Amino acid sequence: MSAVVAELTRDEQAVWDIAATVVDPEVPVLTIEDLGVLRSVAVEGGTVTIDITPTYSGCPAVDAMRDDIVSALRAAGYADVRVRQVLAPAWTTDWMSEAGRAKLEAFGIAPPLPARAGGAVNVGLGIRCPHCGSLHTRQLSRFGSTSCKALYVCQRCQEPFDYFKAH
Amino acid sequence: MNHSNHVVSTAITPESIADSSLVAPEPVAQYALGLGDDALVLAHRLGEWITNAPELEEDVALGNIGLDLLGHARSLLTYAGSAWAKSEDDLAYFRDEREFRSHQLFEQPNGDFAATIARQLIASVYFVELYRALSASTDATLAAIAAKAVKEVDYHLDHSVQWLQRLGLGTEYSHERMQAGLDAMWPYVDELFRDDPFVAEAGDAAVDPRTLRAAFDAIVPRAIVEAGLLVPEVPAARGGGRSGVHAEAFGPMLAELQVLARAHPGASW
Repeated sequence: MSAVVAELTRDEQAVWDIAATVVDPEVPVLTIEDLGVLRSVAVEGGTVTIDITPTYSGCPAVDAMRDDIVSALRAAGYADVRVRQVLAPAWTTDWMSEAGRAKLEAFGIAPPLPARAGGAVNVGLGIRCPHCGSLHTRQLSRFGSTSCKALYVCQRCQEPFDYFKAH
Repeated sequence: MNHSNHVVSTAITPESIADSSLVAPEPVAQYALGLGDDALVLAHRLGEWITNAPELEEDVALGNIGLDLLGHARSLLTYAGSAWAKSEDDLAYFRDEREFRSHQLFEQPNGDFAATIARQLIASVYFVELYRALSASTDATLAAIAAKAVKEVDYHLDHSVQWLQRLGLGTEYSHERMQAGLDAMWPYVDELFRDDPFVAEAGDAAVDPRTLRAAFDAIVPRAIVEAGLLVPEVPAARGGGRSGVHAEAFGPMLAELQVLARAHPGASW
């Protein structure tokens, strides 16, 4: 995997800031920047190229995000916009920003624990209820309403809630 | 937000491969086609459970697992198709039965929920070991697809192991049905680990399936025994999926998968 740090030029920063306003259609409090889906921006002549990375291989929200990026940039006057999907390195919830985690919790979705290096060994760490803050919660289902979530219930306040799976 | 740490990555673009200059070398495309068919066929079978699973959570779980597999299929078929100027849809919807390379395990009818869990257990361990090894492929696109997929199939494996234990150690009746499910799927294990001509042709871009058998044998029989069940002793099926030989149930499944696209060629939705 090649992953090099790059500084953005002023033009690229402007494009980045517009692309960064696009939200996840399934979790509309999160921008694609919060999610770590927005990976890089390049401006060459009149052509803007934006790399995004899918969260899960089959996640249909990626197509919507791509269309929204193109629309947002067209509205800002960029005519030639290319959005590419980049698979490597693979997306991980560890790329989610602190701001994103806080927004998720405020929205009622428990933010992901740190992803486990080397595979899915289910460590028994408590998931905190986003409603009452209790750690006394229970997994109802390992799969939820979207690829990225699991379903939990709080044993204290009895509320069900989504947990954004560490991935 | 700290912009200075954003990543410029190797540009591997499964969705736009068709109109990019990234073209799979012929032997790699032939190999990827088989892997893509495995994922596509199992994804379709899992989709058949939606609204039919024993509980709502399982509709969601099997649907989610199928969706991940469909994602793998899309990447693999798109990449394979780049060698022949064909799209993922051309390959999925406009090939006939004998042109599909999927192993026979994946097309097995769902049976009851226990049979599906048995198939998922075998499939998930196979996928985990395959994609883990394929992450080191000399082909950068296959390696990237595999590195992403391995995280997902690892999660699927947890799901099947948990159900294996619940059913195996549950009631006498659930135990009986779980054992019957394992017995029904076990004949199709061997085929997953047989040599095939496409692997040899693709060289170090591919993973020799024979090298994955030891890991499978270290994981699955132990999981079965821990669930209080018996490792089936049944003869292996003849196989031949990679060369287009399929079980009777495959035709009707494929017809359902393809009917809409064939009735309305070129339609998009």
